[in-house]
Amino acid sequence: MKLVLNIAWTHVSTRVRQTLVGMAGVAMGVGFTIMMAGLMQGSQIDFLRQLVDTMPHVTVEDERRSVPTQPAEQEYGAVQMSDIANVGRRAGIRYPESVMNSLRAWIPGDVAPSVKTTAIIDHGGARIGITLTGIDPRFEVRVSKLASQMRQGKLDDLSRASNGIIVGEALAEKLGLKTGNTVRLIGGQGTRLNSTVVGLFRSGLKRVDESQIYSLTGPAQIMMGQNGVINQLRLRLDDPLSAQKVAAQVEAQTGYQSVSWQEANADLLSTFTVRDFIVLTVMGAMLLTSSFATYNIISTITHEKRQDIAIMKSLGMREYAVRRIFIVEAVIIGVVGILFGWILGYLLCYGWSQITIFNPLTGTTVPLQIYYSPMHYLVAGGISLLCCAGAAYFPARKATRVHPVEIIRGSS
Amino acid sequence: MTDIALQAIGLVRRIEGVVAHTLVNGIDLAANKGEFLAITGPSGSGKSSLLYLLGLLDAPSEGEVIICGQSTSKLSESERADVRLTKCGFVFQFHFLLAEFTALDNVLLPMRAAGRMTESEMRERGLSLLDSLGLSEHANKHPNQLSGGQRQRVAIARALANRPEIIVADEPTGALDTASTEQVFSILRDIADEGQTVIVVTHDPALAARADRRIHIVDGKIAETTERGVGELILETGK
Ligand SMILES: Nc1ncnc2c1ncn2[C@@H]1O[C@H](COP(=O)(O)OP(=O)(O)O)[C@@H](O)[C@H]1O
Ligand SMILES: [Mg+2]
Repeated sequence: MKLVLNIAWTHVSTRVRQTLVGMAGVAMGVGFTIMMAGLMQGSQIDFLRQLVDTMPHVTVEDERRSVPTQPAEQEYGAVQMSDIANVGRRAGIRYPESVMNSLRAWIPGDVAPSVKTTAIIDHGGARIGITLTGIDPRFEVRVSKLASQMRQGKLDDLSRASNGIIVGEALAEKLGLKTGNTVRLIGGQGTRLNSTVVGLFRSGLKRVDESQIYSLTGPAQIMMGQNGVINQLRLRLDDPLSAQKVAAQVEAQTGYQSVSWQEANADLLSTFTVRDFIVLTVMGAMLLTSSFATYNIISTITHEKRQDIAIMKSLGMREYAVRRIFIVEAVIIGVVGILFGWILGYLLCYGWSQITIFNPLTGTTVPLQIYYSPMHYLVAGGISLLCCAGAAYFPARKATRVHPVEIIRGSS
Repeated sequence: MTDIALQAIGLVRRIEGVVAHTLVNGIDLAANKGEFLAITGPSGSGKSSLLYLLGLLDAPSEGEVIICGQSTSKLSESERADVRLTKCGFVFQFHFLLAEFTALDNVLLPMRAAGRMTESEMRERGLSLLDSLGLSEHANKHPNQLSGGQRQRVAIARALANRPEIIVADEPTGALDTASTEQVFSILRDIADEGQTVIVVTHDPALAARADRRIHIVDGKIAETTERGVGELILETGK
């Protein structure tokens, strides 16, 4: 092995320019891959973190996932009933206080009640359909970031005015609303309610900021026409990633549909999966292409060293030992290239992190989020090394397979 | 029997192809330990081909080569490589030294490949070999800093590195001037006198005459064998 290393080192160290080109190829492949991985995962994690921050981790609603099976269907196999509305029961979660207490007993997090309904906001003739959520400010702070998303006013201001509401900034802009203005809310049953805007919030999610209004539970219940009803429980968990598991348990326990944030954003998350797949493919291709220079060098060296290969074999060195020389050469180029690639990757990531962009979620200009992970370095390095070894294997095998007699005859 | 270092029985080497060709066509020969054997013959008569077979570089189509009493016909390619490494030393017309290595490193190559000695033992042997071939002050020179004769002597030192029983040389002096030719031949002679078997292909009849035995090849067959000191007596003619 020492001999193999010795010869390999001699070959690469006497071809400084070619070797440097090979190393540069590997370094660029590894560097750009690390940069892409850092940017990709950085933006993704950043986005998910904000999403998770903004949304309840699990939402329990007074709905069932499907129409309940009808008694006749349960009784007779031949009976099939269709066109049955999924209604016919009293709206709202029954005994919400005791449900919440029993959930608090085991969930790793907290739970808050709310009343969710739809209404129309009427201001100066403009009418816009909105979602009205009645909340309890005491519990709300435990399950959502609404308090920190307030641009004007505070959650507690809800109880300071009659029928106080908090409006999304985008909606307020659309309607020309300011705090202190009075608007009219029109409910499904035609209920009308004069409300005072006591605050503005901005979640960063456009669809929320344009159509979400918060009030206390009372006004929301009035708009629904259901006194004292609670139709939604929202959970915030210590570990957002456990949301799916907790949602399933809550659903099993309460019988109410419980939706994790992952389920609610399944479409978004699936585009992430597609994006991941595309980017991984591109990164793999990048690493593969970056080893082409190495392939080129090893091809050249094996071609130039045909005679040396023949003589080493004729002296009695085994074929695989001779082949290993060239693979070791590629590995030397690979390892040095990877080390430089790591440095390059780090510098590129650092460079990107100096660039600031406007973030619509927070409405501020923030540096690009880069995710630094040793895993990126290891994986990029590992794949690159494999590519280099592979790139050397084929020309080396081809060259070392040649029978030494063919070469020796040809040269004497 | 124990005196026979190398034996060839019914060696045939054919080339399959569009034009089939028989390079070696039924050769039997035995070389004793310490014997200096010269192979002569016209160009294209199959001398090199025979030498490759004897040195296990090539495998015969028929017949077999027995080295130090061991049949080699059933050996795998790797096992043949091992035999070459330890039992046969090759010298070619062209020196085939590795250009990036010094003379000493070139001599050390087979020892390192065999890996049976410590680095210092190898160096010691390498230096003494170079010394015995008159190359002591050239040990750290690269092949391109050496003359043709010096390179060929380094190649001989490399062939001797693992103390092989058999040295095969294919026109080792073919590219050398008269002085160097003389030097290389006396070295080969000395090697044989020290007990190693030397088989050398040469065009030079004067040199062939200095061998213990001369085998003349024509068309892949032994045409005649001449024993030295028996007054150029023709022992065997044709076959
Ligand atoms: N692979 C081959 N295919 C066809 N003919 C070959 C091949 N190798 C050698 N020969 C021919 O076989 C003959 C014997 O070659 P060789 O053993 O080198 O002879 P010598 O060394 O006596 O000059 C030559 O005519 C040569 O051209
Ligand atoms: Mg020849």
